[in-house]
Amino acid sequence: MTLSAIIFTPLIFGALLCFLKSDKSIKVSTFIFSIVHFLLCLFMLSNFDKTTIDIQMAEKISWLPSMGISYFVGIDGLSVWLVMLTSFMLPLVVLGSWNSITKKTKVFHLCLLGLQTTMIGTFLALDAILFYTFFELSLIPMYFLIGIWGGKNKLYAAMKFFIYTMAGSVFMLLGIIALIFMTKSNGGVMSASILDFYALDIPFVAGSYFSTQTLLFFGFCLAFAIKVPLFPLHTWLPDAHVQAPTSGSVILAGVMLKMGTYGFLRLVLPVFPEAAEYWSWLFLYLGVMGIIYGALVAMVQTDIKKLVAYSSVSHMGYVVIGIFSLNTFGLTGSLYQMLCHGISTGALFFLVGMLYDRTHSREITKYGGLAVKAPIYAIAFVIVTMSSIAVPMTNGFVGEFLILLGTFGASKVAAGFAVLGVILGAAYMLWLVKRVFFGPEGELVASKDEAFFKLTIKEKLVLAPLIVMIFWMGIFPNHFISYSEASLNHLSKNMSNYELNIVGQANGPEVNSNNSQGESK
Amino acid sequence: MEKTLLSILLLTPVIGFLINGIRFRSKNIKVAGSIGTGAALISFICSVALFFKVKAAPDHMVLVKFFDWINIGSLNIAAEFLVDPISSIMILIITGVGTLIHLFSIGYMDHDERPAKYFSYLNFFLFNMLVLVLASSLPLMFVGWEGVGLCSYLLIGFWFTDKEKAAAGMKAFITNRIGDAGFLLGMFMLFYTFGTLSFGELNEMMPAIPEIGWAGPVTLACLFLFIGATGKSAQIPLYVWLPDAMAGPTPVSALIHAATMVTAGIYMIVRMSPVFMVAPNVMMVIATIGGLTAVLAAAVGLTQWDIKKVLAYSTVSQLGYMFLAVGTGAFIPGFFHLMTHAFFKALMFLGAGSIIHAMHHEQDMRKMGGLKKKMPITYWTFMFGWLAIIGMPPFAGFFSKDEILWLAWASPLGSKWLWALGMIGAAMTAFYMTRLMCLVFWGEETRSDHKVKESGLTMTFPLMVLGFLSATAGFLGIPHVISAVLPGHPPNILGDWLGHTVVHLDIHGSAITEWLLMGWSVTVAGASALLAYYCYIKKITFVDKFTEQFKPLHQLVEKKYLVDELYQAKIITPLIGVSKILWSDIDVSFVDKCTHLLSRFAVSCGKGFRSFQNGNMQTYAFYMLLGSAVTLFYIMTGMGK
Repeated sequence: MTLSAIIFTPLIFGALLCFLKSDKSIKVSTFIFSIVHFLLCLFMLSNFDKTTIDIQMAEKISWLPSMGISYFVGIDGLSVWLVMLTSFMLPLVVLGSWNSITKKTKVFHLCLLGLQTTMIGTFLALDAILFYTFFELSLIPMYFLIGIWGGKNKLYAAMKFFIYTMAGSVFMLLGIIALIFMTKSNGGVMSASILDFYALDIPFVAGSYFSTQTLLFFGFCLAFAIKVPLFPLHTWLPDAHVQAPTSGSVILAGVMLKMGTYGFLRLVLPVFPEAAEYWSWLFLYLGVMGIIYGALVAMVQTDIKKLVAYSSVSHMGYVVIGIFSLNTFGLTGSLYQMLCHGISTGALFFLVGMLYDRTHSREITKYGGLAVKAPIYAIAFVIVTMSSIAVPMTNGFVGEFLILLGTFGASKVAAGFAVLGVILGAAYMLWLVKRVFFGPEGELVASKDEAFFKLTIKEKLVLAPLIVMIFWMGIFPNHFISYSEASLNHLSKNMSNYELNIVGQANGPEVNSNNSQGESK
Repeated sequence: MEKTLLSILLLTPVIGFLINGIRFRSKNIKVAGSIGTGAALISFICSVALFFKVKAAPDHMVLVKFFDWINIGSLNIAAEFLVDPISSIMILIITGVGTLIHLFSIGYMDHDERPAKYFSYLNFFLFNMLVLVLASSLPLMFVGWEGVGLCSYLLIGFWFTDKEKAAAGMKAFITNRIGDAGFLLGMFMLFYTFGTLSFGELNEMMPAIPEIGWAGPVTLACLFLFIGATGKSAQIPLYVWLPDAMAGPTPVSALIHAATMVTAGIYMIVRMSPVFMVAPNVMMVIATIGGLTAVLAAAVGLTQWDIKKVLAYSTVSQLGYMFLAVGTGAFIPGFFHLMTHAFFKALMFLGAGSIIHAMHHEQDMRKMGGLKKKMPITYWTFMFGWLAIIGMPPFAGFFSKDEILWLAWASPLGSKWLWALGMIGAAMTAFYMTRLMCLVFWGEETRSDHKVKESGLTMTFPLMVLGFLSATAGFLGIPHVISAVLPGHPPNILGDWLGHTVVHLDIHGSAITEWLLMGWSVTVAGASALLAYYCYIKKITFVDKFTEQFKPLHQLVEKKYLVDELYQAKIITPLIGVSKILWSDIDVSFVDKCTHLLSRFAVSCGKGFRSFQNGNMQTYAFYMLLGSAVTLFYIMTGMGK
């Protein structure tokens, strides 16, 4: 029940929210709820057994028995930290948008809560149709977040975001249906359980573009690559980020992008192992291109938020190459980088939002010398920058180091190009810092005094946990990695005959169906 | 006990950093300075205690593990610190010179707005530098390696409201990052070859036979690590950041950009000497780059007028010497020079700081002159530094530099060419340092309006200590040939101590040759210094004639070979141009356009189908008929089967 509670309490609370009248009570109660929700997740974490690779806390209720579709959720080392991350961000987002959201407060918080349910649902779903449902449903609240509270060009951006990501998902849906039918020929009954997908042996012909596994592989990859976003499918991202309100950007970069990379880990690698291995070079190179391309384009941006958006393209490129290095270092690094990117880029978007709330401008050239007027803000920004460019002792380093180490093991050439991102990343971020914070005071800075830029208590409360996490995750990464280590090891070592069971059901239905098939032959 | 000492050693600077960091708005330099200096002093005391612990330890090694940092499969990186002969000397230098420079800063930064911030950065630097040298594995060393880079960035851009200074900080960080990328690749190469990254294990696992050619894994790894070293230790082609780094406060230049951080590259190579010995080709590269840097940087030093720029190029050049040394297998002399250089160069930077402070931030040597009388302590201590750097016996630089030159000549990895580079560099060094002395201290007073007076004790005390060390530190490493003729045959203390862990080449050259070379290099340095003296004090026209004769060459050197301009024109500007094209022409006009084309295609498909639904009853009837006909045809011809 824990997992269902984690998934659905935000939605239920959202329904209760409808009875509240005043804006203030909505904000306060949502904030309190988000804290409670995080405590609930911590409770889940304390019950999480990090020694097993199996699915824990599973719940399975039949939904559409004729198609083998069920409400099936469970958690393992791959998803546990993403759930924690999602829950961790909600109170910060509520607090961070306290003053900046002035219209339709109730709907805004409803959207946030709805997003929470769908995102956590995506990470916890173990039924492919349920996964798809949550994956797609998450678009709707985000669509409204961008479309209602966004900037000037919000409708275009919201529409582009929605249709672009949805178009990719259609291929995934086709793929899921195909896989469901395959389970029938494999085990006799239809099943949409992802665990049953793992047991499938999908025909693969190396070199052929049209073998079943290759086609399905690319169908899924398209959906996830758009979400990540992987170069060259990234163009929805800068538009969405620039138009989205701060809260939207934080959730989008902090959590939603990870739904794509999580998809690679949960579905693509274990279900299509041969194709993933065969085509890994393609994704390594697309990832490397994303790293360099994103960094270069970020360097010449004139809008701070757009710069951070392109930096996401670059950082997510790291995650992709880590995944497709297909070894333990790369996979661990990728999972870690997902969390780190969520925290550091989330923090960057918060910081940009705080500045924008005051000056209503994100033009880099209008700033300069801000460190004199806003010292605390500058310190926070520099710390987050260090995390973003992966200076050791911040979280960013651990992820990037492991990814590069893993990539080096898979392809020295790819790693050789990927380290260029280490240089370019420092270049675009430090250049930004220099232009905004150092040098003579720019026009927006000179006319204001220190009190104008002073951070409020709420803003400090938003930044403080993020900064604590940056150092905690950088200095004691084992506290986090140890929860996922077993699962990631299992994935990298047994990718080609990957299987997962539910805890306590070592001879679960999946295994049985395999056995019966073996006997019938 | 060792663990406690190490914890105090590492944590006091962190505590100092945090205290001063939290009260960064404070303008009280006495409090901030006391906290900062106190923290450094406590660290120094711990270093001394640790040194004796290591000396007493049976295998001269103390290994303390605090916690596991990253543990994944076969990768085990622990926060584990190693105090052995090399690192024990390094921590003494870092905390010792560090304490003196903290003390000096109290005087130097007395008019600054943000002294607490300054001392917090300085303390944080100490911590990172200690992590760098105490690390027991490459990744942990990388933590300190990047950490000192970060502190250097913050301190160079300490007066960040000045655009140039902020830019200099950024340049230092990004240039260092290029090296760091190489460091990472070298680390990965070693990990996949040997399965470990700890120094102890790596040094033991090295094959006995050196690799031939360029493609061996150790050769490649060493090459990449050396790229890292060229970044941090300012060698060709990545030295460009160091002269610009002089934008930072002068004590920072003394501590970070002369005595400690910039020597990290040499320290890394000495630390991994058994590994580098397996890659003789890389050793050749290191020696050549070092020799070339020594000469080319010294040549720029001849032409500069800014006192800090002269010292900066001098530092680049001296670091070149150290690389020349380690590249010829002379790890211990290289390390010896690192130590003596730390003393005399820190001394000279602080001396320069004392002058700059007294002259109200004037750095042009043409506007100085005759400071001998006005600033006697600064003058006399600076004199010791000068004698040390030009290699006059028995000052510190003589012993270390001479051993480097001798090994460049006699080592199996050395050559006459490398020796010649070293000699040319030594002659130039003597010339530009004497020129500096003439212009600053000996010449006529150029301006009398400044009420220049000697600095206070917080500034002169560090000068005196460093002056003493510059004069005497050389006796720690007396070469064999000299000790053979001295009464009592004093041992080579440093060499014996380092010999426990560092690869030691046994060179059996003839003692006569060594004496001859030694005499020759002292003569050349002396002659060169004398020439400079005559040029700048007795005003003989040699320099003018010389520059007139080789005008294009002189201008090229004076403009620092236009390397900065070259990098700007050939790398940075094109990169930004390409990025702009990528953004506007590729990202917006192509990749995104393709997306729009797809959506337009969908829309036009929809439009096409819409024309079927035009509301005309007859058209609908026609479609119905057509459809039925096709279906009928399909069934009747049996195509369905």
